[in-house]
Amino acid sequence: MEHTPPPFFKTGPTPLARLLLFSLLSLALLIGDARFKYLETLRRIASVVVYPLQRVASAPASIARRAGEFFVTNSALRADNARLSRQDIENAVKLQLLVSLQAENAHLRDLLGARARVDAKYTFAEVLYTARDPFTRKMIIDKGLQNDVLSGQPVIDSSGVIGQVTRVYPWLSEVTLITDKGHSVPVQNVRNGLRAILAGTGNDGVVELRFVPLNADFQNGDKLVTSGIDGVYPPGLPVAEITNVERNSGYPFSRISCRPAGGINRYGQVLIVHMETTIPERPEEESKPVRGKKGKRGS
Amino acid sequence: MQLRATSPQEILLPVKPAFIVLTLATALLVNLFPWTGFWLWAKPDFVALVVLYWCIEQPRKVGFTVAWLLGLMMDVADASLFGQHALAYSILAYAGIVLHRRVLMFTLAAQMLHVILLLLLNDLMVLVIRLLAGSDFPGYQYFIGSFVAGALWPVLSILLKLPQHPTPDPDHV
Repeated sequence: MEHTPPPFFKTGPTPLARLLLFSLLSLALLIGDARFKYLETLRRIASVVVYPLQRVASAPASIARRAGEFFVTNSALRADNARLSRQDIENAVKLQLLVSLQAENAHLRDLLGARARVDAKYTFAEVLYTARDPFTRKMIIDKGLQNDVLSGQPVIDSSGVIGQVTRVYPWLSEVTLITDKGHSVPVQNVRNGLRAILAGTGNDGVVELRFVPLNADFQNGDKLVTSGIDGVYPPGLPVAEITNVERNSGYPFSRISCRPAGGINRYGQVLIVHMETTIPERPEEESKPVRGKKGKRGS
Repeated sequence: MQLRATSPQEILLPVKPAFIVLTLATALLVNLFPWTGFWLWAKPDFVALVVLYWCIEQPRKVGFTVAWLLGLMMDVADASLFGQHALAYSILAYAGIVLHRRVLMFTLAAQMLHVILLLLLNDLMVLVIRLLAGSDFPGYQYFIGSFVAGALWPVLSILLKLPQHPTPDPDHV
């Protein structure tokens, strides 16, 4: 057991004084981070210290995954091979169609004078872990500034949009998932081209369409893809599928819940999309400008 | 027989600073494991638990600076607001340091109750900060981790005291 020394020894400030000092320091950091976003450099310094631990902590899982890959049976491999070559042929047909369609599309766009679609580059990344913050939906991936990842780039997996890079560290980056409460994606209904805003709810596996009028044509099972009008997400990526439409005339908008298409809670590989877009300038606003938080409001 | 980590007669060896660093680093590492689903909720905050342990056992060796710096690291690793864990851990360290004589007088079971309360206070601090910053209440399962941490307290106290037990001298009669 510890015994404090007699009072004639110097012990420094009292615990209460220290508590006040450290609390004030933390509060300054909190306000600086929440209100002014000044502290990215400090965060990066701290991230360099934590980085080795983050890698070591996620090592057992990735080693286990690799060990699992090592012990596959011959029959499983052959089945995989057969499935993949079948898929390859199917894809090849689609790909050939795609080339001609792309040419046709470019030609039509040319005729209409519309903007050309952008080609995007992709970076391969691996999910390290889900952030243990119950208030947000974020995950950490293993590519960062060193791999030219920039804040704001969309992240997708094999089945759809997962989220957006919101903070970049030297070797890692944070991805805010589309299920995060503060995150929204402009989407379009594949069936009829209606546009809407898809927002996270903070619950895993549920996202919702916001500000959709009661009479708008959205049905269960409709597929939603990115509309691309935000200049962040490339157009046409699958985002979600509508699971429930609730129209109550007591409310101005319908409640539409959807299931994300991407494997939001899966650990595995993702793609970071590098897209260079030139967004046309906003038209002059006549009255006082009203700025939306993220994305554009409206149908 | 009362459950104590040490018998009252036993005099423990002084703890090595390297051992403290090792335990804190391990706690941080365990916190960063890729937990998922239910385990993400049930997982105690090991860093908070180990910081509290050392603040209670060795208040002159581990205190505010360590707690605060570890808090900053947790903030970066958890992608949370910068300073949120730092503030919560500072308050936890304060509680540990102020209460250390009182807590150590109790048996491990009674210490456990103290620890659960202090860790709940830690959770509550984080919750208040996040609610002020505009987040939603994540649900009561948010507090499960602290109870699990409390249940781990006796195991932790016995484990972390192992290197401090003197080796019996064979020549001593």
